Amino acid sequence: MQNPYLPYPVRIDEIVTETADRALKTFKLVFLNPEHEEKFQHKAGQFAELSIPGKGEIPIGIASSPTEKGFIKFTVNKTGLVSGYLHSMKVGDRMGVRGPLGNSYPWETLEGKNVVIIGGGFAFSTLRASIVYMLANREKFKEISVVYGSRAPDLLLYKDELAAWEAGGDINMHITVDGTDDPDWKYNVGFVPTIVEEKAPPADEDTYAIVCGPPVMIRFTQPALDKLGYLHNNIINSLEKRMKCGIGICGRCNIGDQYVCKDGPVFTLNQLNNMAGEK
Amino acid sequence: MILLNLMIHRILSSNFHVISGLKSKAEKYFDKANIMKVIRIDKNIWGEGLAKLAGDYKVYGPAKNGENHELVELKNGEIPDLELKNVHLSAKSVVFPQSEVMFEYTLDESKEDHHIMREVEKDISPRAVIGIRPCDVAAFQIVKRNFENPEFSDKLWVEGFNACVFVGYACDSPDSSCFCTSTGSGPYSEDGLDVLLVDNGDDYLAKAITQKGEDLLACAGWNEETDGAGIDAKKAEAEGKITSVVDTSKLKDKTAIELFEAPFWEDVAFACLNCGTCTYSCPTCWCFDIQDEAKDTSGIRMRNWDSCMYPLFTLEGSGHNPRPEKYQRVRQRFMHKLKYYVDKYDAGVQCVGCGRCIRLCPVNIDIRNVCDKMNSYQTA
Repeated sequence: MQNPYLPYPVRIDEIVTETADRALKTFKLVFLNPEHEEKFQHKAGQFAELSIPGKGEIPIGIASSPTEKGFIKFTVNKTGLVSGYLHSMKVGDRMGVRGPLGNSYPWETLEGKNVVIIGGGFAFSTLRASIVYMLANREKFKEISVVYGSRAPDLLLYKDELAAWEAGGDINMHITVDGTDDPDWKYNVGFVPTIVEEKAPPADEDTYAIVCGPPVMIRFTQPALDKLGYLHNNIINSLEKRMKCGIGICGRCNIGDQYVCKDGPVFTLNQLNNMAGEK
Repeated sequence: MILLNLMIHRILSSNFHVISGLKSKAEKYFDKANIMKVIRIDKNIWGEGLAKLAGDYKVYGPAKNGENHELVELKNGEIPDLELKNVHLSAKSVVFPQSEVMFEYTLDESKEDHHIMREVEKDISPRAVIGIRPCDVAAFQIVKRNFENPEFSDKLWVEGFNACVFVGYACDSPDSSCFCTSTGSGPYSEDGLDVLLVDNGDDYLAKAITQKGEDLLACAGWNEETDGAGIDAKKAEAEGKITSVVDTSKLKDKTAIELFEAPFWEDVAFACLNCGTCTYSCPTCWCFDIQDEAKDTSGIRMRNWDSCMYPLFTLEGSGHNPRPEKYQRVRQRFMHKLKYYVDKYDAGVQCVGCGRCIRLCPVNIDIRNVCDKMNSYQTA
């Protein structure tokens, strides 16, 4: 019988420090056993448990797209015991990965539709996976827009890719920061909800918004999307909760009878409106 | 199909079955309808039979631990102590220990498999669980929906559970806090049992309910068939002693949001200390934590019972806690048992009416009262 808690062994292949405050690093992981890579077939929006022997496990969104082969990537904020230790690890070190876990963004629904991605801060990792995935399948989607913001320019993730996407012309990029005194800053200044109201495509049945960010951003983006007339079935959220098992068994990440780890982490706003419990 | 494979695995790994025509054998395993043999066991040969069982099974049963009974593995010919109402804590630890090692590993980089988790070998040889009450067996059926669901099977739990043969001990003297007849169980309930054992004065009547149960009785050498007359009367008498009735029939009719937003939760939680006694003593509480422990270069990953009563249960790395207030955690426990579980599985409440949380709560919070509030709640 298969043990669902057994992680796949992986090796850290590359570490990129993403932000000036050094709180965010992206870890590129390579499976020790190629069979495990075969088994690890994910979709953009799913997460995995990063397993550090001796420390524990943390649930982290998968930052690489399924179209990127040979590795998986995770961008991790330095916060607690496990993430803190992970930040001290080096290229070549061994750890484990358990997953992919949870559902994904609803790619079948999104095909043939306009998609606007709205992200803030370091919650941009599964959104990066989604953008890379959509660009690799560009013909399957209509208009793609991205509103991504952070507090300051040096806190934006994946800066090289952001610049490439901005220059590429396949997507409408709207990068923003809360504020900056950089005279060379050539993008937007303003909070994400404000930019959403100005730049997001008009609402219709074929236009979906994927929203992922800190609670305060989600709270204030909601009225902006409501104002634009987005249907709650067309607003897709990705949630976070404290998790342990990641497979809907250990009991802590529920909202009502749904487990964020297994039934989520992606829910439409309409689903969330009809769920009992602390969100 | 998964179940069938499991059973086949179980048959293969057991040492007291002849393996012939695997599939038909496995199918026969489920054929409960024809197996209703009742065996009379003279109490004089009870110990002798148990000694025989010990050859093929690990024997579990109630034993006195200080003032209370606990369900433990019995060694060296110890006889289960059946002079009890019920074990103090639930019997869940037979399958789901309070702490359990999941994996082990070495951090010594000179070893080839350093930092790679290895499964810990578990003893999944047959366990004869003698003297467990029907409510505690029914609880395993409830919990099983969580640990063995269509998407994931929790290997440790499932293998532990499949190793068990439950010799349930019919309950003739229920406690005033018992309400098993309101939760779909009962003092003589056969739900999930392999054998129903009934105290009959100078002897026991053992009703084989499954093939597993019949095999156990044969292994012990108990073979005096009888008609089982009198069991039904004793059952009716025992059921009559359960005076506590809880109505759960209307829980389904209300939305989870209505009940979640009901005004009584702060009142319900007012006296609660968040001590977690209710969750630890509950046979249907399954929540657990996963932790690593390492010393020098060797480490283990283990799981431990956890409790929704504690703020740390849901505290996130960012500092955000979706259930920071006591009343929210109390609400979570009752909503899970009496509403979320009901909605998710459509198989009744996540409670067997064993009454432990009522008897052990230091501030007298009573799930029967809470259930009444929820069941009779009408939105204004």
